Amino acid sequence: MKRRTLLAGAAAAPVAAAPVVKVLAAEPVKITWWHSMSGALGDQVARITRQFNAAHKDIELTSVFKGSYPDTLNASIAAWRAGKAPNVAQVFDVGTGTMLAAGPAVKQIWQLAKETGADIKPATYIPAVRGYYSLPDGRLASMPFNSSTAVMWYNKDAFKMAGLDPAKPPQTWPEVMQAARVLKAKWADPLNAEAKSAAAKSAAPAAKGSLIRYAVTTSWLTWIQFEEFSAIHNIPFASEDDGFKGLGAVLQCNSPAHVAQLQRFMAMQKEGTFKYGGRDSAPDPLFYTGVAAIGFGSSAGRGDIVRNAKFDFGEALMPWDPAVSKTPHNTFIGGASLWAMTAPHRTAAEYKAVAAFFQFLALPEQDAMWAQNSGYVPVTLAGDALSRKQGYYDKNPGTDVPIQSLLRSPVTPYTRGMRLGRLPEIRNILYEECELAFAGKKTAKQALDETVARGNVVLRAFQKSVGG
Amino acid sequence: MERRTIFAGWKLPLLLVAPQLVLTFVFFYWPALVAAYESLTRTDAFGIHVVFVGLANFRDLFADPLYRAAILRTVEFCAAVTALSLGLGLVLAVAADRELRGRNLYRVLMIWPYAVAPAVSAVLWILLLNPQIGLVGRFLIAHGIRWDYALNGSQAMLMVVLASAWKQVSYNFIFVLAGLQSIPKAVIEAARMDGARGLYRFRTVVLPLLSPTLFFLVVVDLVYAAFDTFGTIWAMTQGGPAQATQTLVVKVYNDGVVNLDLGSSSAQSVVLMVGVVALTALQFRFLGRRSGT
Repeated sequence: MKRRTLLAGAAAAPVAAAPVVKVLAAEPVKITWWHSMSGALGDQVARITRQFNAAHKDIELTSVFKGSYPDTLNASIAAWRAGKAPNVAQVFDVGTGTMLAAGPAVKQIWQLAKETGADIKPATYIPAVRGYYSLPDGRLASMPFNSSTAVMWYNKDAFKMAGLDPAKPPQTWPEVMQAARVLKAKWADPLNAEAKSAAAKSAAPAAKGSLIRYAVTTSWLTWIQFEEFSAIHNIPFASEDDGFKGLGAVLQCNSPAHVAQLQRFMAMQKEGTFKYGGRDSAPDPLFYTGVAAIGFGSSAGRGDIVRNAKFDFGEALMPWDPAVSKTPHNTFIGGASLWAMTAPHRTAAEYKAVAAFFQFLALPEQDAMWAQNSGYVPVTLAGDALSRKQGYYDKNPGTDVPIQSLLRSPVTPYTRGMRLGRLPEIRNILYEECELAFAGKKTAKQALDETVARGNVVLRAFQKSVGG
Repeated sequence: MERRTIFAGWKLPLLLVAPQLVLTFVFFYWPALVAAYESLTRTDAFGIHVVFVGLANFRDLFADPLYRAAILRTVEFCAAVTALSLGLGLVLAVAADRELRGRNLYRVLMIWPYAVAPAVSAVLWILLLNPQIGLVGRFLIAHGIRWDYALNGSQAMLMVVLASAWKQVSYNFIFVLAGLQSIPKAVIEAARMDGARGLYRFRTVVLPLLSPTLFFLVVVDLVYAAFDTFGTIWAMTQGGPAQATQTLVVKVYNDGVVNLDLGSSSAQSVVLMVGVVALTALQFRFLGRRSGT
């Protein structure tokens, strides 16, 4: 027993010779998976790991929580540079451009399938999901895992109080603005709202001035209101098909449609119907604590909303601007995917095990279970069908809205997703410029022109850094 | 009065300082050298394409108006934090130096904030100042002040200055108090006999005797404000809104860790390193000579 462990240790060391591995064929193949799923999601990752290991006696998968998405990406990069990359790394959507440019550091899915002979078909996955992680010719680069999309959450109680129909959420941007005005007048205005609630329930009136409410807020301003906005209207966010066709892409998010979108939010802010609550998911609590009646956010926010909201809420498709596009197009996904990473002396058996793991995740029952327990959408068509058959969507109204959103129209070159290097940095630039516009220091046009100018500098720097 | 221990030979002393030398090398010289090298290259995150670009990263940096703005912002931030924390530390220490009932308890309570982790203190301040849930934030709004640090850059800056200074008051308090207590009572008594009172006595007698301590604290506070406030700022504003609270060290993190622009981030680290070396040299030059400790 002791000798075996010693030998196994030697096999892991870079100096080990190949024959040693053969002698130990009975030992399970060890692979590691670095991820960023904490809390309840982390429990799900542990369950997946357990079930995979139970189903594959010859493989030992270890999953390791590595912190936030940027933390995991950084750890994986540092580990690769030291020759110790994990077999599988979970990388967030906006890191996709970086990973695609990583050349020898990763084995793209099509490569992995070819080398190991594993049967991994892109057609298994929902088009709007696989599009994000595919090469322009349709070959899969990374494995879809946790995917969400942009939705509109709304407070049905607030809609009722304002006299709006909670079964009919606004569908277009003009309708959203109109609903916001009504919500402000009849629900957000403290005096009115208090009078209403006092009349309705004769409850003790809340302290005057302590009630601060806003009709509309948005999380992920840059992702939802600009990137997804572009997809919904089938217009480019950047050239080269949002970067899918090459590294030479330049930003195009200062088009009249985009300027009108930012102006819309500035106008709503001026009317007192919109509240900018910060970056990324920071505004989430504004919705689920009942401060804002309409909250644009990620569909993956459902868990938090269910846990915290003390009101009846609804989940609806994203609105669109009929002046830009007659009909809305599909949204694309956010979230993260799994990348197979390379390391010196990584064996064929390890890559085989990784392929087996990816195939395991795509099993309809695994995919459906993951989606139902995590709040993400199923990534396979069969997983979605199974969830429907099990009655999950009927029992949990609204949970099929993200899927509807992803399948709203056939995927076009502008609705696949974003394929831009250093996208996190570009998002921050867009955040900064929008914040200046909301603070009244810039016009919408100035802010977006500056975003394009600064963003293009970043894109060119990325292009140079990867030798493009 | 200098005490010297003489070792025979150099092997034992080298052995004794070896752990410190190893630590310094591993955690300072090595990373510093790597940063200096990377600041001269342009590389992707994985280090697959590395191109030597000379001083191009530095040229780009200083040609960037946003970087120059960040330098200015950092100077303002450091000055504000130092003035506020040192001023408060001084006032509180002078107050604690008197004969007070419960003096020890007062001192312990004063030193407390220093032990609070930056992220925790940031959360505490957010809980106070948040416009929606914060006690102070809601109070301000209820009194007609448009308090919104998610959009108003000056308010965000004020907030990070307050939170950063609050943590450093304790440190200043301890040192100023120690400084006050090391002033010979006889000097104070003599001044009192000569009729020097209150503020006048403080200004002409206590302050000059305290000045080495104060100078030391100015340097330490500046370094603290420039480097150790990262946790506080990152937890509160991530450098926003726009770039209103992005100090140099926040920018290094942003460009290096979030944006994975290692060349520029390394160049910024080198610039910061030069800054620290200059500050420290200044301190040694003036303080080292004057106090001789």
